[in-house]
Amino acid sequence: MSNGRYGIHGGQYIPEILMNEIINLEKAYEKYSKDEEFNNELDKLMKEYAGRPSLLYYAEKMTKDLGGAKIYLKREDLNHTGSHKINNVLGQVLLAKKMGKTRVIAETGAGQHGVATATVAALMGMECEIFMGKEDTDRQALNVFRMELLGAKVHPVTSGTMTLKDAVNETMREWASRVEDTHYVLGSVMGPHPFPMIVRDFQSVISKEAREQILETEGKLPNAVLACVGGGSNAMGMFYNFINDTDVKLIGCEAAGHGADTDMNAATIANGTLGIFHGMKSYFCQDEYGQIAPVYSISAGLDYPGIGPEHAHLNDIKRATYVPITDDEAVSAFEYLAKTEGIICAIESAHAVAYAKKLAPTMGKDEIIIICLSGRGDKDVAAIARYRGVEIFE
Amino acid sequence: MSKIAKAFENGKAFIGFLTGGDPTIEKSEEFIMEMVRGGADLVEIGIPFSDPIAEGEVIQEANIRALANGTTTDTIFNLVINVRKKTDIPLVFLTYLNPVFTYGLERFFARCEETGVDGIIIPDLPYEEKGELAQIAASHGIDIISLIAPTSEDRIKKIASEATGFVYVVSSMGVTGVRNEIKTDIESIVNVVKSATNVPVAVGFGISTPEQAANISQYADGVIVGSAIVKLCAKYGENAAPHIHEYIKAMKNAVRTND
Repeated sequence: MSNGRYGIHGGQYIPEILMNEIINLEKAYEKYSKDEEFNNELDKLMKEYAGRPSLLYYAEKMTKDLGGAKIYLKREDLNHTGSHKINNVLGQVLLAKKMGKTRVIAETGAGQHGVATATVAALMGMECEIFMGKEDTDRQALNVFRMELLGAKVHPVTSGTMTLKDAVNETMREWASRVEDTHYVLGSVMGPHPFPMIVRDFQSVISKEAREQILETEGKLPNAVLACVGGGSNAMGMFYNFINDTDVKLIGCEAAGHGADTDMNAATIANGTLGIFHGMKSYFCQDEYGQIAPVYSISAGLDYPGIGPEHAHLNDIKRATYVPITDDEAVSAFEYLAKTEGIICAIESAHAVAYAKKLAPTMGKDEIIIICLSGRGDKDVAAIARYRGVEIFE
Repeated sequence: MSKIAKAFENGKAFIGFLTGGDPTIEKSEEFIMEMVRGGADLVEIGIPFSDPIAEGEVIQEANIRALANGTTTDTIFNLVINVRKKTDIPLVFLTYLNPVFTYGLERFFARCEETGVDGIIIPDLPYEEKGELAQIAASHGIDIISLIAPTSEDRIKKIASEATGFVYVVSSMGVTGVRNEIKTDIESIVNVVKSATNVPVAVGFGISTPEQAANISQYADGVIVGSAIVKLCAKYGENAAPHIHEYIKAMKNAVRTND
């Protein structure tokens, strides 16, 4: 890979105003990712602050109930701030600090990345501003207040569809207006190079641990690894160290909303076409004139019209497959995991659980599935209640 | 020679922008002709995009209005065909990479040549990525306009040395939109650009008043105004023509003081 390309995907399609900053970031990352002191500092934070390594939990009841493959859950929901997002944020904010930045900005969909960024900014004494679609600030009101408690300023974004894509637009605009003291903590494996690489590297701790843990517990590699995909950061983290293990199936679960064949979904691999947007060449949900489509998912974190360039490449070379999961399937899986294993997972992660429910019964009892449980579901409880027709107040 | 050069042949140039299809594609034709009559030397036509990340609110909203009334890349090409029946003023598109890429690069630039578009400004296409388009555009005689920002520093010479048409110097940090004050040292940026190229240099972003235009055109070969014109389209809608005419006339006069 060179120049931030993954096959035909990736690249650096951003305004000139940001180019020198992106080049500086690339240089700083090149330097610090090989720096022993930086890595020791990050390891210490991962361990003592985020609570790593996260558990690899054998879901015995779920396994028995589905009657097929053994199911393990990689418990990223148990990290500090409740999701995998902290892995990337600790790395990026530490890097920003080394670069002499005093302020961080970030987009957020469900609020998990915003909360993680606000948290680490508080820890490291950085000024923090979060951009969140107005529709998402309504859907995830609790997370907005959580970010404010942590000292961040939250800007509701009222342009476009008022969701994650528009939050990214607005954060890029803000970065272009104030770049000298500010780092943009991009939350997924997307955007211009070097972001897809940096975020993937910081998230790859998920599969590094999971691979060691499963070898220790089972003495063999899993047959399939599952993760939900919006931009694709937890999936890339979960896949990365298994890419060379060609017998391990890598399966990304996309948000199909009301159905991949309806006009209310966010299933980029199923419905997207090649395009160039948000700094990268990849697949996007768009019309024949290249206008980015308004997408939909019950999950604010997967409600994004594109996918990271490395996923697009893994799809092209058929190393990973991507399957659409509807709102209904995700909500059922959310409830199923709660009742079967006593774990309330994020509605995003429930998309991966939903596919495991279909896949496990088709596999043998000596086979193994690992699901990345990317986040916890406290934030979604009110939305799930509303989905089931119960009005509760957060 | 670039057809765009003509815009800079009669002293300092005034370059006006509007979003194609705002408020309607028919009105865009009328407004462009009003800009020509008001004294504009080059007109930039925006092909609307759903997510214009380099634009401030004024042009974002114009994009939304244009897309909402059914404006497409094809209706914009039809607009160019109609405008070309009436004037030979240099015309330049401003749009984002995705509408161009999705249309098909060869098909897009062939259509530009057929209809009479002379150049294109693509804010999300930096120097490093232009290779993919450069040859195709050049084979159809379309200039890809290079942008230079206040943060470009050591990149200025590299970018300027390969510039065609004109060099677009971004006056300020951030996105498009009217600004009260422009703090960047435009003069020194323009001087560095001029040391690397003979292509004319125009300055845009944040310019709205005749005073600003007069000031900038002391150093630059041209002044670019977008949001202030789009604001008139937003405020007066279908009746914006006389307001646009008056505004362009005042701005062109301001620029002329430095001829």
